[in-house]
Amino acid sequence: MKAVQEISSPPSRRRMFDLARIRGDFPLLARKVHGKPLVYFDNGATSQKPRSVIEVLNRYYSEENSNIHRGVHYLSERATAAYEAAREKIRRFVNARRGQEIIFVRGTTEAINLVAQSYGRASLKAGDEIVISAMEHHSNIVPWQMLREQVGARLRVIPINHDGELVLEEYRRLLNERTKLVSVTHISNALGTIAPVKEIVKLAHEQGAAVLLDGAQAVPHMKVDVQEIGCDFYAFSGHKMFGPTGIGILYGRAELLDEMPPYQGGGDMISVVTFEKTHYNVLPYKFEAGTPHIAGGIGLGAAVDYLDGLDWARLAAHEHDLLTYATQALSNIEGLRIIGTAREKAGVISFVFDHVHAHDVGTILDQEGVAVRAGHHCAMPVMQRFGVPATTRASFAFYNTREEIDVLVKAIHRALKVFG
Amino acid sequence: MSELDELYQEVILDHNKSPRNFRTIENADRKAEGYNPLCGDHVTVYLNLQDGVIKDISFQGSGCAISKASASLMTAELKGKTAAQAQKLFDDVHRMLTGEANGEGGAKDIGKLAILSGVCKFPARVKCASLAWHTVNSALKGVAEVATTE
Repeated sequence: MKAVQEISSPPSRRRMFDLARIRGDFPLLARKVHGKPLVYFDNGATSQKPRSVIEVLNRYYSEENSNIHRGVHYLSERATAAYEAAREKIRRFVNARRGQEIIFVRGTTEAINLVAQSYGRASLKAGDEIVISAMEHHSNIVPWQMLREQVGARLRVIPINHDGELVLEEYRRLLNERTKLVSVTHISNALGTIAPVKEIVKLAHEQGAAVLLDGAQAVPHMKVDVQEIGCDFYAFSGHKMFGPTGIGILYGRAELLDEMPPYQGGGDMISVVTFEKTHYNVLPYKFEAGTPHIAGGIGLGAAVDYLDGLDWARLAAHEHDLLTYATQALSNIEGLRIIGTAREKAGVISFVFDHVHAHDVGTILDQEGVAVRAGHHCAMPVMQRFGVPATTRASFAFYNTREEIDVLVKAIHRALKVFG
Repeated sequence: MSELDELYQEVILDHNKSPRNFRTIENADRKAEGYNPLCGDHVTVYLNLQDGVIKDISFQGSGCAISKASASLMTAELKGKTAAQAQKLFDDVHRMLTGEANGEGGAKDIGKLAILSGVCKFPARVKCASLAWHTVNSALKGVAEVATTE
């Protein structure tokens, strides 16, 4: 995994990385499943939540619940301040220049759809090209296919090699004066590959194309600095970074967002409405029609606070250790093949057996208390690329341990025993 | 027997390893494809009907042990049955898989297929076991589109 820079955190809080204490912060990790201690290795699907996030949600609904940006009363002002404070925390977390560049959405999927339908429909015309990659999640494929139908654009795909790495020479070849948008994942959910995003952005910008990065799998694992990467848009989900479901972020450069038409119409996104004409609100509200997921936004702010309190250099070293340890342990299992062996890789291990299907492995692991994902991981083109119908995927978070990987290995042996 | 042992019984493991009627039928009267979008399991069922009776039936595809064994058991059971009998069996099997047939009576008419009763304890796997049945159902009805478990 890439070296991770330390992030700035409030000086009053000491950064820590004490694994036992961290695990104690996540109430769900203490539970049992089928009578066995839970081993939660499905972090790529969603992460568990620290107590501080759960308590903030509870407190919001118990003590502060009110609508934002409109009430003159005390509670509304409190809720508005908390929601906007969360936006500022998230701005700092990804190092955006301005708070107005942080748009609250439902999740990564909505963020990508927003860019496709607002930026895409306004800027792309017939014959223009959109570049994606062969390791995208369906949420970074389908919105572009929809846009393709709407404007007559063309979809080009950067291939991946046998290790699951983007073939950059092919990417260079795909770029041309018709390329208007490049949309790729920062970290592949199915393979764990970390894409060389700075290089991707640089090459796209040389051609005058805008770049969107799907950061859903990246923000929980590495320090993301949108200015350093230089991308135009960056999309991520709250629930994969230890925050609530139903809330996510679209970061966009203000110059682009300013020019873009609204995505949805409604309350909060307007300044003046008459039946003749509506004046849209300023950023970020232009893109935030309707009452948002207020508790979710505040909860995501609490998740950022929690992450700010961790020592990210040690967190990254620990996750890298888990990946190395698990890769070694799983490679020793006869017949097991790891899908996704990129040099730059996050804590994700997808694997297959020739004679045991991923679903059967998943069911047997579950009986041992080990939660993994089995299937195509919403990345069917990746499965097709590797000629497998499905994989079993173990995806780690910083609260996982080597001992849990030992349990996984034992459970896999049990599955192999069942299938002789 | 643990729930897991009940799911992966010897017979099921055997049908997974050496599925019966795992082949195509050239010039089949009926052919239908089934697909489980959740997991990518895919099955094609081939049929030859004569005077309303299933003379030959086979399947091809890829999937987990449960879906493969279920398809294999199904083909063995349906050979020689009429379309109406197959339909009744489909309903019975479906009730068994979803747990509606628990207790008395439910599973007694379905013969060897009762081996799949362990599936109802694993809700996430019900669709694996029912995929081939949905597919044969569309083959018998002559439905042109791909059957799904959704």
